[in-house]
Order: sequence, then C-alpha cells, then structure tokens
Amino acid sequence: MSLVLQDVRKSYREPGGRTIPILNIASFRMDAGEQVVLLGSSGGGKTTLLNVIAGITAVDSGRVLIGGIDVCKLPEAARDRFRADRIGYVFQTFHLLPAFTALENVLLGMTFSGKGANRAKAIQLLKRVGLSHRMNHRPGHMSVGEQQRVAVARALANTPVLLLADEPTANVDAANQQIVLDLLRESCREEKVALLLVTHAPEVAKQFERVEKLAEFNRPGVAPLAAGASA
Amino acid sequence: MNLASIAWKSVKQRSLSSALTSLSVALGVMLMVTVLVIFSVLDSTFSQRSIGYDLIMGPKGSPLQLVLSTVYHVNPPIENLPYRFYKEIQKDPRVETAIPIAIGDTTEQGGFPIVGTIPQYFVIDYAPNRQFMVEGKSLQKPFDALIGSRVAKVNGWKIGSTFRLVHGGNEGHVHNELFTVVGVLAPTGTPNDKSVFVHLDGFYQIQGHDKPFDEAIRRERDFFGEPPLGKAELDAEVARLKKKYSHEGHKHAPGFIEEVPELQKDVTSILLLMKSPSAAILFAGEWKKSFRPAMAINPIFPMQQLMVDVLGGVRIMLIFLTSLIVLVSGIGIFVSIYNSMSARKREIGILRALGARRQTVFSIVLAESILLCGGGGVIGLLLGHGLVFLTAPLVEMRSGIIMNPWSFEPMEAALLPGLLVLATLAGFLPGLLAYRTDVADALQNS
Ligand SMILES: Nc1ncnc2c1ncn2[C@@H]1O[C@H](COP(=O)(O)OP(=O)(O)OP(=O)(O)O)[C@@H](O)[C@H]1O
Ligand SMILES: [Mg+2]
Repeated sequence: MSLVLQDVRKSYREPGGRTIPILNIASFRMDAGEQVVLLGSSGGGKTTLLNVIAGITAVDSGRVLIGGIDVCKLPEAARDRFRADRIGYVFQTFHLLPAFTALENVLLGMTFSGKGANRAKAIQLLKRVGLSHRMNHRPGHMSVGEQQRVAVARALANTPVLLLADEPTANVDAANQQIVLDLLRESCREEKVALLLVTHAPEVAKQFERVEKLAEFNRPGVAPLAAGASA
Repeated sequence: MNLASIAWKSVKQRSLSSALTSLSVALGVMLMVTVLVIFSVLDSTFSQRSIGYDLIMGPKGSPLQLVLSTVYHVNPPIENLPYRFYKEIQKDPRVETAIPIAIGDTTEQGGFPIVGTIPQYFVIDYAPNRQFMVEGKSLQKPFDALIGSRVAKVNGWKIGSTFRLVHGGNEGHVHNELFTVVGVLAPTGTPNDKSVFVHLDGFYQIQGHDKPFDEAIRRERDFFGEPPLGKAELDAEVARLKKKYSHEGHKHAPGFIEEVPELQKDVTSILLLMKSPSAAILFAGEWKKSFRPAMAINPIFPMQQLMVDVLGGVRIMLIFLTSLIVLVSGIGIFVSIYNSMSARKREIGILRALGARRQTVFSIVLAESILLCGGGGVIGLLLGHGLVFLTAPLVEMRSGIIMNPWSFEPMEAALLPGLLVLATLAGFLPGLLAYRTDVADALQNS
C-alpha cells in the first residue's frame, strides 16, 4: 500500500494568536514495502509529519492517502480503527505504558485492531527483538535500549502496512543503534511493511537507498525555528 | 487485552488509593447488608404475623394499644375489664375458649413484664401450629411462675428460683410476695420469651391488685351499665363482702389458694378462640356496635401496622443512612479517579495512538470505576454476612434471636445494580475527560 501526500499544510497557533506554519508539502510518495529515511533538523516538523500520517494530528488542508484512502477525510472512529489496523508507530519517546509488562505492551499494540490480541504472536515478536527474557518486566525496569525494542515489537504487533519510526535510534549507543535499525529494516522487509524512518543522524540515513531531506520538500514559508526563536 | 484488564492495571497501579476507595464502598455495603439481614430477622421473629387466637377483647379504645399490651406485653393499659365480664364472654356460645390476661407489674430483676393468666394459656398454640414447650411444670399454685427463655438466660433463673415483683405504676414499690419459678418455656421467638407468667390467682393476691370494694362495685356497675347503688346499699354490700372474704383469723397453709373476690379482679384483655371464622367476624362486628365499653378485634391488622410503623420506619431510616455512606464512598471513587486523570493523560493518549477510540478510553475509565465499586460491593457483601456470622452466636445468646448469616435478602440483589449505577455516575465525568483527550497534545506533554 502506497503513501501519498498532496498539498499537506499544518500550522500551529501560538497562545498569542500568531500562526506558525510547520508543514507545507506539495507532494510526497512512497510505495508499498518501500523503506524511506527522512532526514531533518530538530524542530523541523518530523514528528508532526508522522502524527499527520498516523491520523493523530489533523491537517489544515491537503490529502494523506494510504492505500488510496484519505485518512484526513475518515470520520474519527474510522480513522482510529484505520490506525489500529494498518499503522505501526515507534514513538520518539517510545510511549510504553509503565503499568504494563513488555508482553502486555506488545499485546496492546493489537488490542484495538480488528484482528484482536494474539499472545503467541506477541511472544514471537519479543523473541524477534531479543527480549524473550524480559517479557514480564515493566518498562521502568528495562534499559532504554530494551524499551526501544519493546516499542518496535509493539509497532509490528498489528501487522501494519506502514511503519512510522520517529528517531528510533536516538538515546542509545552506536552498537545498539545499529541493532535496532537492522531489526526494523529486516522485520519490515520480512513482513512487507513500508518503513518511514525519521532521523537527524546522517550515519543512519546513509544506510537507506532512498533518503529524503524534509527541508527540501517541506516549505512552510516561514522557518519554524526562526519564528520560534524570535518569539 | 480486554478493557477490564486494562482498567484493572490502572487500579493496581494506584493500589493504595484504589484499596481505600473500594474499602469505603465495602464498609458502606457491609453496614447495609447487616441492616438488611438484621431487619429481616426482626421482621420474621417479632412481627409474629399472627397469634394463635382469633380475637382479642379489651376495653374500648385503640386496637394498637390492646395489641401492644396483650401480645407484646408492653404499655399496660389503665382501663381494664371486670372479671365478671370475662365469665360472661366465656359463656357466649360462639366462644370456644377464653383466656384472661392481666398485665401491669415487672420483675424486680431485669424488669420483665409479668403476665397473669391461667394454665390453659400454655396449652393453646402461641402462633398457628406452634405449641409452647415447657421444661418443668405448668402453673398450679398462685405464686408459681413460668418464665420465658430469655428471662431465664438474662436473669440466670432456673426452676426453683424465687423473685419479687415491682409495681408498674408505683416507681420502686416492691411487692412482698415471693414467686417461685416452676417451669421454663422453650424459645418461641415471640414476646413470650421476654415475659414472666404467673397464675392469675397469684396476680390478684399481690397487695394493691385488689381494688377497694366500694370502688370495685362502682366501676363494675358502671361497666355493665347498671345504675349506681345508693349510699346505704353500697355500704351494706361492702360490709357483706368484707365479712365473707375476711383475711383475719386464719393463716395460709402451704399451697392454700386464697380466694380473691371476683369483684376485685379485673383483666387487661381476653384472648378468644372462636368456634368458626364467621363467628369471629360476627362477634367482632357485634361488639363494634355495642354500647358497652369493650371491643373485640382481630389482632392481625394492628400487628402488621405495628411492624410497618415502628420497625419499617427504623429500617427505612437505616437503609437511608447506609445508602448515604455508600453514596459518599461513590463520591470518593469519583474524586480518586478524577484526581488521577491528569497523570493518566499520557496513558490515554498512548491508547488512542494505538488505535483505541474515544468511546473505548471512556469505557476503560468507566470499567475502572465499576471495578472499584463492584469489588468494594462484593467485599462488602462478604463482610456484611461475615459480620452477621460472627455476631450471630452473641445475638442468639443474648436475645434468643437466631440469625442465619447466609440467608440472602431480596434487597441485596438490588444492591449490585445500584452500585453499577453509582459506579457509572462516579466514572462518568473522568470518563468524559478521557473521551475528550487530545491525542497529539497528550503524547507531547509527557
Ligand atoms: N502543539 C503544538 N503547538 C505549537 N507548536 C508546536 C506544537 N507541536 C509542535 N510544535 C512546534 O512545531 C515544530 C515542529 O515540531 P516537531 O515535534 O514536529 O519537530 P521535530 O522535527 O520532530 O523535532 P525533534 O527532532 O526535536 O523531535 C516545533 O517548533 C514545535 O515547537
Ligand atoms: Mg520529533
């Protein structure tokens, strides 16, 4: 399933009333199963873009087509269900639930999809990310690298068509960085999941065949950083 | 993972606050269950839906008062019936059996009511198809006494124990006459358990229970609607009676039954067994229209009214109070969940980001409230019955009331749906906060 963005605009309104444009993307496309890295500076709107694609953040205008379905046009409940069924998301700060064990966190990744929770699959995913000995640990009792891998397992739990990864390699040392990266890429390849990975690290970006620089196709008009700095 | 287990996680995460709020619900429910069980026991033992008699006769007045004195042995009336009247009623062809009852004094120890009656009282069922069981003998001599099971327990009296009476109206005045316990009644679960029965003859022989002759003559003639005697006639009659029943010049041999002039006896009420139900209705109707200051009533209606008025009111009040406790604990649940909402904003954002709908996170919060309320409710039910279980032997020992801790009240069935409603109310507003959570905002600000 392909991802197509058309004339996507998103701006935030500051408490003072000023609007800060963040996204203005005329066109962006990636194919089913494709792996794309998005390189962008901090504050450039990477997380905002992923949230827009996931249907978590509403756009001001434009179209976000996933497999031909405009996510922005879906009613909210349908959009939630679409996200639950089709999209995997590794959040920048993982967003694991602290009260739930690693296994339960992975199970939560399937709970809201139509397929329902599948314990055997959750266990298999945790083995896949090398956490078979950490399944019943809570995130608070795990290292950052381990938490990151739980987040990856959870994002893959609902067998998505598109996996969004928000700086999944930050916060860990170079060795672990490579482990997570390989894990993500291999898993996506195996499961035929399209991978859109966001980073500001060139050494991560250079491993991908297709590298997109956000700044090159995103032209919000006013530079967000400058606007933020002067405010 | 279903919604309940997600909610349960959240309950466990805030275990102290969850435990305390559920506990408050549990305590409220416990009290409510205890009230319900105790009242159902009181209802079945004391309401005594019927007595073994068809009618009660007493002076004209309040049927409720007549029932209170005759059945419950409390509130002795001022007005009485002449003994001559009792004999007259006894001869009525529609009457099968007539048992006189005289009430007024209490025991010096324990303050139990004294009931003067005749031995036949114990032959007749005290409630439909329930017979008195006596350990020892029945009443034979004037100063014999039969005591109820509770009297025996509380006062520690056995066969052979002796006691004195205190005059009801006269505060602190102790009668000299010594009564002897000759029998103990088995528990009946009726006011009989808390009463002391003495022979009617003995009852009249207590000093002061026989009225002066002149007054007795006047009152009896008045009762029967006979014209009052003139001064000379009255004096002559008093002199005649005094001579006949003179106490002077002889001593009581043991077991001697001293005769008390009929004129000086009077009874509180008369228990009637009629030859047929229709006779009872006709008889009562006749007395309703009678000019004589007496009435015959079916005790069932005043007895039921008594249950509804007295116990019913207390029960409703206690249920109301315990409901308030449960309600307050419901507010506690609301406050607890509501306070946790800001801390859980991120959690809710994550669930939404994983694809949970607004209704789903609303349901999770509601489920949490239901878990706390329902869990507390179930614990409260167990605690309540447990409390009854623990106190049942004590209550039985002290009052003779037998409580079955595992008998469930129909109202308890309404308790859980009631708690469900409470949980829904308590969880609604926090649930709404969860429903309204903006996902991107919740994820960002954490
Ligand atoms: N809800 C919001 N309201 C106002 N401004 C926002 C909001 N969310 C993001 N922004 C602003 O939008 C800009 C882009 O934010 P975003 O999180 O997308 O950046 P990013 O590229 O992911 O940065 P980083 O690499 O640091 O994660 C930032 O300047 C940020 O301050
Ligand atoms: Mg970011």
